[in-house]
Amino acid sequence: MAIDIISWILLSLGGAFVFIGGLGALRMPNLYTRMHAASLTDTMAAVLIIGGIMLQAGATLVTIKLAAILLFLLITSPTASNALASAAILSGLHPEEGKIDAREQRE
Amino acid sequence: MIILFGVFLLTLLVITALAIVQTESLFAAVILTGIFSLLMAANFFLLDAADVALTEAAIGAGISTVLFLGALALTGERERGKSTNRLIALGVVTVTTLIVIYATFDKPRHGDAEAPVHQHVGPWYLEKTPELIDIPNSVTAVLGSFRGYDTLGEVFVVFTAGIGVLFLLSARSAARPESANPSAEPGQGLRHYLVPRVVGRLLIPFVFLFGLYVQFHGDYGPGGGFQAGAIIAAAVILYALLEGEGQALRALPMDVLKWLVAGGALLYGAVGVAGMLLGGNFLDYNVLASDPIAGQHIGIILIELGVGITVTGVLLCVFHAFAARGKL
Amino acid sequence: MYYAVTLATLVTMALALVRALLGPSIYDRILAVNMFGTKTVLFLSVVAFLFGRPDFLDLALVYAMINFIGVIAVLEFIRVRAENDISEKGAGS
Repeated sequence: MAIDIISWILLSLGGAFVFIGGLGALRMPNLYTRMHAASLTDTMAAVLIIGGIMLQAGATLVTIKLAAILLFLLITSPTASNALASAAILSGLHPEEGKIDAREQRE
Repeated sequence: MIILFGVFLLTLLVITALAIVQTESLFAAVILTGIFSLLMAANFFLLDAADVALTEAAIGAGISTVLFLGALALTGERERGKSTNRLIALGVVTVTTLIVIYATFDKPRHGDAEAPVHQHVGPWYLEKTPELIDIPNSVTAVLGSFRGYDTLGEVFVVFTAGIGVLFLLSARSAARPESANPSAEPGQGLRHYLVPRVVGRLLIPFVFLFGLYVQFHGDYGPGGGFQAGAIIAAAVILYALLEGEGQALRALPMDVLKWLVAGGALLYGAVGVAGMLLGGNFLDYNVLASDPIAGQHIGIILIELGVGITVTGVLLCVFHAFAARGKL
Repeated sequence: MYYAVTLATLVTMALALVRALLGPSIYDRILAVNMFGTKTVLFLSVVAFLFGRPDFLDLALVYAMINFIGVIAVLEFIRVRAENDISEKGAGS
């Protein structure tokens, strides 16, 4: 019963993160801010959702396969975001600068 | 509830298809084609067709995107000029759509036991697989043993396609010999990107191992030769992308690849001829061992191996043919 | 509960698709495809668990691999294209 409650909590949190990530990738103003939203919530949601299912599956082969998927996602998803950000910077697409500085100079 | 998911995915599919046709930037069209493949594979998965979904994922979303990008690197990136006579095309498409919609009125319901596809041969295969072949995955049993001739034809189609692509794309290499020299380009590839290189090199052996697992696990779960060939080719393509095409050619030279392409199809044919030499018919696996069921197992493993080898070789040959023509 | 998570994942896939359609630069589109791929992996894991078929999890693993290889391929394409542009401008002028 306790395992059920914990896995429900993990799954709902994971679902919430997934949705927040999608909303962020759509509404954020800049490429880099969108990357923040997409990659952070991606990894966190993967940990929560797959963790929740692993608790439900118990100690069987399914858990080991899910752990393999989780490990793979944990290693490759941040690497892909890093590669994308490096490519964007190297091609000259800089994040917008100067707005925060102007606000600080006024005070 | 599953139907709701299916309808949702199909709606996204239609939106993606419309966007692919509308967009002018070919690069966006390639990316959207990747999304199309993923959506299609998710649909197959919801319809409980795991083998097809695996093949669609490995080949459609992965290898096709890489090959399209390789072709895009050689040509321009914008669609060139709109064709003027679109009304005739629109008319033909509308008429065809109406005919197809009219034809779906007679379609049997999904999963109906009286449907024609569930009579005749289908139930016979499902019933006889535990008795004659004794492997849990009936898709592999039908593909490998009951319909072995068709799969032989498929392997030879893949082989011919590989030869055709090599013939077309290497036609110019005689005029530009310096571009085919691998030692002239040391260390191309993503050498400014340290993190992806390290992580990618760490992952390549595991992708390879997973490809081998999918190859030999085809008897017991989704898998088989076609999927495994695509996954192993993807591992080598990842190495080529990270370290440069010259390094990948040094690891697996073109001669080895050509041997792979021909060797897989030869292996398949050899299993068939071995059946004849041992007293049975062509592609009769029952005579390959003392016990018919063990013979079936040996036969299926060998032909799946042949299919996997040919698919790996062909995909890698096509990739290298594209990459060698670029101005790398 | 699983249905709620699956619905959230599907809606996010739709949002990622909108970003892929809109995104002004190439990198927005690549970001959207990467996100779409990971959401598909999560969708497949949850639904495979729902169906009670553990051998479908191989599909999710393949998708994760293909997603990564696809992103690396696109980045390599962008790099090659940038080099070609530089070399063409250098040779033409």
